[in-house]
Amino acid sequence: MATPVLRWCCPGRRWVFAGIGGVSRHGRGVPTGSTSSGKRGQSSVAQQPLITAQKPRKGEREWAAVVGLEIHAQIASNSKLFSGSQVDFAAPPNSLVSFFDASLPGTLPVLNRRCVEAAVMTGLALDCHINRRSLFDRKHYFYADLPAGYQITQQRLPIAVNGSLAYSVCVGKRRSQMVTRTARVKQIQLEQDSGKSLHDSLRSQTLIDLNRAGVGLLEVVLEPDMSCGEEAAAAVRELQLILQALGTSQANMAEGQLRVDANISVHNPGEPLGIRTEVKNLNSARFLAKAIDYEIQRQINELENGGKILNETRSFDYKLGCTVPMRDKEGKQDYRLMPEPNLPPLLLYDSGSLPPGTDPQQVINIDQLREQLPELPRVTREKLVQQYGMLPEHSFALLNEVGLLEFFQNVIKETRAEPKKVTSWVLNTFLGFLKQQNLAVSESPVTPSALAELLDLLDRKAISSSAAKQVTDVKKGNPRAINKLIGLVRRATLGRADPTVIKEVLERQLSS
Amino acid sequence: MWWRVGHEDHVGPDPPRSEWNCLLRAQGGREDSRSPCSRGRGVPRPACILVSAALKQGQVTPTELCQRCLSLIKKTKFLNAYITVSEEVALKQAEESEKRYKKGHSLGDLDGIPVAVKDNFSTAGIETTCASNMLKGYVPPYNATVVQKLLDQGALLMGKTNLDEFAMGSGSTDGIFGPVKNPWSYSKQYREKRKQKSHGILAGHDPKDSTTIQDPVKPFTLPSLTDMSKLCIGIPKEYLTPELSSEVQSLWSKAANLFESEGAKVIEVSLPHTSYSIVCYHVLCTSEVASNMARFDGLEYGHRCDIDVSTEAMYAATRREGFNDVVRGRILSGNFFLLKENYENYFVKAQKVRRLIARDFVNVFNSGVDVLLTPTTLSEAVPHTEFIREDNRTRSAQDDLFTQAVNMAGLPAVSVPMALSSQGLPIGLQFIGRAFCDQQLLTVAKWFEKQVQFPVIQLQELMDDCSSVFENEKLASVSLK
Repeated sequence: MATPVLRWCCPGRRWVFAGIGGVSRHGRGVPTGSTSSGKRGQSSVAQQPLITAQKPRKGEREWAAVVGLEIHAQIASNSKLFSGSQVDFAAPPNSLVSFFDASLPGTLPVLNRRCVEAAVMTGLALDCHINRRSLFDRKHYFYADLPAGYQITQQRLPIAVNGSLAYSVCVGKRRSQMVTRTARVKQIQLEQDSGKSLHDSLRSQTLIDLNRAGVGLLEVVLEPDMSCGEEAAAAVRELQLILQALGTSQANMAEGQLRVDANISVHNPGEPLGIRTEVKNLNSARFLAKAIDYEIQRQINELENGGKILNETRSFDYKLGCTVPMRDKEGKQDYRLMPEPNLPPLLLYDSGSLPPGTDPQQVINIDQLREQLPELPRVTREKLVQQYGMLPEHSFALLNEVGLLEFFQNVIKETRAEPKKVTSWVLNTFLGFLKQQNLAVSESPVTPSALAELLDLLDRKAISSSAAKQVTDVKKGNPRAINKLIGLVRRATLGRADPTVIKEVLERQLSS
Repeated sequence: MWWRVGHEDHVGPDPPRSEWNCLLRAQGGREDSRSPCSRGRGVPRPACILVSAALKQGQVTPTELCQRCLSLIKKTKFLNAYITVSEEVALKQAEESEKRYKKGHSLGDLDGIPVAVKDNFSTAGIETTCASNMLKGYVPPYNATVVQKLLDQGALLMGKTNLDEFAMGSGSTDGIFGPVKNPWSYSKQYREKRKQKSHGILAGHDPKDSTTIQDPVKPFTLPSLTDMSKLCIGIPKEYLTPELSSEVQSLWSKAANLFESEGAKVIEVSLPHTSYSIVCYHVLCTSEVASNMARFDGLEYGHRCDIDVSTEAMYAATRREGFNDVVRGRILSGNFFLLKENYENYFVKAQKVRRLIARDFVNVFNSGVDVLLTPTTLSEAVPHTEFIREDNRTRSAQDDLFTQAVNMAGLPAVSVPMALSSQGLPIGLQFIGRAFCDQQLLTVAKWFEKQVQFPVIQLQELMDDCSSVFENEKLASVSLK
């Protein structure tokens, strides 16, 4: 549950944040998020002192922002949610479109088991209640990338509800302290992705690619428990890591596998929530926080200038760095939600409720999936902290880069050096080097073995740390450093080692 | 084409086991809409079995049979029963059937039997129009499951038959290809005709239909009904409406007496919510129609208008051009009922009423009734000119009275012609069975059919009489539209 504690967030900003359990009264306009805002009853808000980033200027009110998120993650499955078409993002346009995907008359949906399992696993990982019975609905609207004129989704009774997502942000004067925040998960639902449309303004036409139409999505709805862009970005990042650890989604934002819509509103602390806007298609990790913060600021400016916030849908213009109203979404859409008549209720079982003699192929057993859940990032980090005595921030950093944890663990295996030293080398020198060279861990010229050996040498004090750093210098492409290294090795071997041999050995090691 | 890629399973939720331990629920084809619109009724004509025997014994070859059929279709063209005649396809299928018979490898009782399929069932490679401008020229790339099953059994596909546009209507009068003429009297409507042609009972499992029942179905043969004393026939009193013609009423009584005289128990039962079923059906049906028809946007297939100013303009013109008044009317109604402000009062309310209607039947069957006996229509077929005096919606509301409550309740039903009216037009009665008890239902219907000995239509006379008048009729029918 959300802790009704004052938080310090987004240093350097003008605004101020009251406890998230604070405001519960439905005020003017549409409250941010959903009906659950009524649950956030907290009467003690008025007594809590407010922390301000800087002294408020004269006449300036204090502001609090609330951010809720709707995150769409493409399910990592071989075939689509309701048809057998392959899921592949690099295929030629309209080459992965079945009759059902193209909405040919008479075609019917058949649910993909793998997608259901992905939803259950994600729900379990987020501490949700898994609904033993969930329903499918049709959400109607006309758009070229939606062949049937409706999307099959789960609005009424989704597969998972009432969970929580724990994430961490850096706080404190030097942002050196990591604190854990929680965002409540309202629900997780299965739904279809739409196709892609490319607007060709030159020829005044829109080109439609239906390869993506019908791909399974997990929509994760987070309650408006976040208060700024940084928190939202951290929450999204953590969700990304969870999905990747589970294997339920590759969750790569750049490839459109993870898309975020934000619901944002501002209010004066102690007052009811303000009117919210929806900012759609925040599809870049880099710009997520920026876009949200921009919108928060925009709303504050608007209200401070005596204006009003419209309950509208906006999108983030990456080039201009601002949110703009979306033309298509003017006026409220009535989606005419209706139960999907071609799909019966989705029934899930656990070991207790499984009817005897049931074919295991025909049912999904939640308990079985729970047992098979892989280790979650949170647990991995805790283990790292406990096992190696590293700071929490370090455990975050290790998990934040693809392949880095594995690299680290391989070095640990092969070296005698202290874990703290390994941590420091991997996170500072090694990672720094990779970043400088713009390389992924998988592209690293330095293998774990090489680093392990280097650290061993360092550990034995055979070489100094500066020498060790020079090894990496050589790796970075500074060949003269090798001569210095040869000198060092000679000294270490008390002049007994042959320089030519040393050079050979070193070169071999360094080039591996 | 939606075969799974890789090793992933599709999840089919476990359905409740039928406590009657019966065969699968009868399913008609449901190409464009789910339950309220689908009707699974019709009975394999006994002639079919005779022909099948003749084929097996080599008294007639599939090709001969096919050619005779094609010739008959040509001669009765004025009936406007067919939209597409698939002559080449049928002859090829006949050829293959013949090969099988020669080798003694016939696929079953339907091998070599000519069939026609209503033009709202997808047939691969053969135009499927639904009698609508929206799908004129549309050639599906796949066969509807029911069509595939027929073809797998070796049936010969003679062609696609005429219907109301998207099957919305009750007299096959409102399709773009014009009305179907009643072969019993070419100037009158044969309402029964479209019911017999259009819906086949398919006891079967369709893996492509997620709502199909999982229990396995075994093909069954119909036994003869020998012991009538164990049979209980129910007569729902609410079906005796003032609009019911005296002829139909009298035949209904006659049928009830027939069962009773043979030793069956015949009792009056009550289906109290009968009077609500039409309006309930209209709310749910139009809502589903509004939803199911949303896919017709001119983009992926079917008709597309010439306007390309904007996508919205294109949608609007395409749908206005593609759909007739009836279809558009239902779409608009359905969208109205599905609006947020109306959903609870109309859609949800109708669902609740539907449950009450279904429960009426459950209660009746629980009280010991095996089969219900009701009229199928209010009267014999009325003349076309009279029929079109009322609009489609009114006609549908009137004429669907007896037959659509079963759609609400999800029960198997069959209409059996009983006798000719004083005008020489067929009148039939409806039998309604318990859920999943197709076999019992059809057994009773078969017995009844044998008892009443309904006359076979004498087509030869009809064609001789009509062919000379045909040319004049062609002109007349054009002016009717």
